[in-house]
Amino acid sequence: MSFLNSLISGISLGSIYAIIALGYTMVYGIAKMLNFAHGDVIMVGAYVCFFAVSRFSLPPLLDVLLAVVVCTCLGMTIEKLAYAPLRAAPSLAVLITAIGVSYFLQNAALLLWTPNPKVFPNFFTHKATGQTGVVLFDGALRVSYVTLVTILVCLAIMAVLTVFISNSKLGKAMRAVSEDKDAARLMGINVNTTISATFAIGSGLAAIAGVLLCSAYPTLVPTTGSMPGIKAFTAAVFGGIGSIPGALLGGLMLGVIEILAKAYISTQLSDAVVFGVLIVVLLVKPTGLLGKVVREKV
Amino acid sequence: MKNKLSKASRRAFLTCAVVVAAFVALQSLASAGAMSSMLRGLLVPICAYVVMAISLNLTVGVLGELSLGHAGFMSVGAFTGVTAAAALQNLVASKELRLIAALLVGAIFAGIVGFLVGIPVLRLNGDYLAIVTLAFGEIIKSVFNNLYLGLDGHGFHLSLLDNKLRMEEGGRLIIGGPMGVGGIQKIANFATGFALIMLCLVVIFNLVNSRAGRAIMAIRDNRIAAESVGIPVTKYKMTAFVTSAAMAGAAGALFALNFSTIVANKFDFNTSILVLVFVVLGGLGNMLGSIVAAAALTVLPEALRQFADYRMLVYAIVLIAVMLLRNSPGIRAFTERARIRKGGEAE
Repeated sequence: MSFLNSLISGISLGSIYAIIALGYTMVYGIAKMLNFAHGDVIMVGAYVCFFAVSRFSLPPLLDVLLAVVVCTCLGMTIEKLAYAPLRAAPSLAVLITAIGVSYFLQNAALLLWTPNPKVFPNFFTHKATGQTGVVLFDGALRVSYVTLVTILVCLAIMAVLTVFISNSKLGKAMRAVSEDKDAARLMGINVNTTISATFAIGSGLAAIAGVLLCSAYPTLVPTTGSMPGIKAFTAAVFGGIGSIPGALLGGLMLGVIEILAKAYISTQLSDAVVFGVLIVVLLVKPTGLLGKVVREKV
Repeated sequence: MKNKLSKASRRAFLTCAVVVAAFVALQSLASAGAMSSMLRGLLVPICAYVVMAISLNLTVGVLGELSLGHAGFMSVGAFTGVTAAAALQNLVASKELRLIAALLVGAIFAGIVGFLVGIPVLRLNGDYLAIVTLAFGEIIKSVFNNLYLGLDGHGFHLSLLDNKLRMEEGGRLIIGGPMGVGGIQKIANFATGFALIMLCLVVIFNLVNSRAGRAIMAIRDNRIAAESVGIPVTKYKMTAFVTSAAMAGAAGALFALNFSTIVANKFDFNTSILVLVFVVLGGLGNMLGSIVAAAALTVLPEALRQFADYRMLVYAIVLIAVMLLRNSPGIRAFTERARIRKGGEAE
């Protein structure tokens, strides 16, 4: 039963990674850049939500919505100010700019919200009974509401996003831009708007991930987003960067491996195990689990 | 051909001359007592970061592969170097000899780890290679965070995860897991740091100007073309990668021997990124640029102390602004024109 417990919390953590990884993978697919500031957008989302609850005591759904709106605007602003001028620049220059943005967000958060850890409220408590989860099999299996909601939200986002990408006009434009920017431009697709929209979606998802992450692990500091950011980036590569189902698969596997390694191998070495598995996978499948194999042409 | 070679060597001489001049100026300032204690304390870290920057420039600029785990090699060098220095403490009287031995041990171990890491890493390309170096950096960090190493009359004792060392009386713990290494004798000095920079520069310039270096740059410019003319890609990639790792190891040993304690978390992803920032700001393949960027950006956060809380924010803004300015179309066109006017070839 303890295995099942670990498995469920692994899937829940993996769902959060998957939502963050979506942001990485979509931006990578379209702008061909590693957006290192993505992890810090998560942190901003969590803080916005925290203050919406503690200062203005808005209802939970409105808090999350506010966080999503703020992060979406933030993502688009970052893209306009820092990344858009570098469209023609070498990819390393864009990478360093993204790192600069990440430093900026972390330190701005440090100044605005102080380094003191904030305790994130638990939205998912039963109003009448005060319970935070369901207990099954006479207490042998405990599943918190946060876990359930996280998994459901992740599945819902995946379903909506898959339909959106394959059917909507903007989704088709995104696929076209990711395949060939110049050809897409010739077909009358506004490349800048499309990239901007991708950042908006990715950042909005980051806000949701931030709220879920802090609901499960309720300590909020300005560096909250960086480690999950790196892990989710790893998850995106694990599943094949640029692929949306890959982000889901990579995120879930990474989460499960991490929690199982913590439970059965060693708490301190769990990161080493996660990254070790990543290396093995990339050696066997060099473009990730679901990544497209691009033939080299001379 | 002749002109091009002499241009490369001119650049190498210029770089070495700038480093020597900077060393002489700083050393005389320090001995005249005209240097602030802040800057004096930064001299050895600057040397270590400069070596890190030029060694990473070998991987990123000359070999053309993005590495996000360079701090891992620094970590290997730091821990093995400190261990060597501690082991030799009662055997070798001279501080300088111990320091040199520590740097050598750090370089050798980092080189070995670089080789082992390189076997899987160099089979991959592009962003996948980058993520695997990141992964190795994190693994190295986790391992050192959980490693216990002690020394007694019987030699070294090693254990992972828990302190299970069974040492005899008088044995001492050198690496203490997450506590890192404590009570290090600070034997690093600026002159050795300078010598290390010069040595690394000489190695890199000689490597770049050799048959191997030309092969490495051919691989960077077009791997398939290089392979098809019979260049053993893996061998030359490995040469550059291991050289770079060994230099980072020496830098790590130098860095660690400048502080009384050192922990594995010091050499995390952020340190790798910091060094990468030096390299990209200084210009890929441009050693002088890396040196200037490393020195300037190590001093900058300290010099911004008067802004107190705002300094890292200012640092971030400076970083973004420099990247945007360097790559703005207007400035690019201007430098291009300047280069053509000077008679060089436009790229």
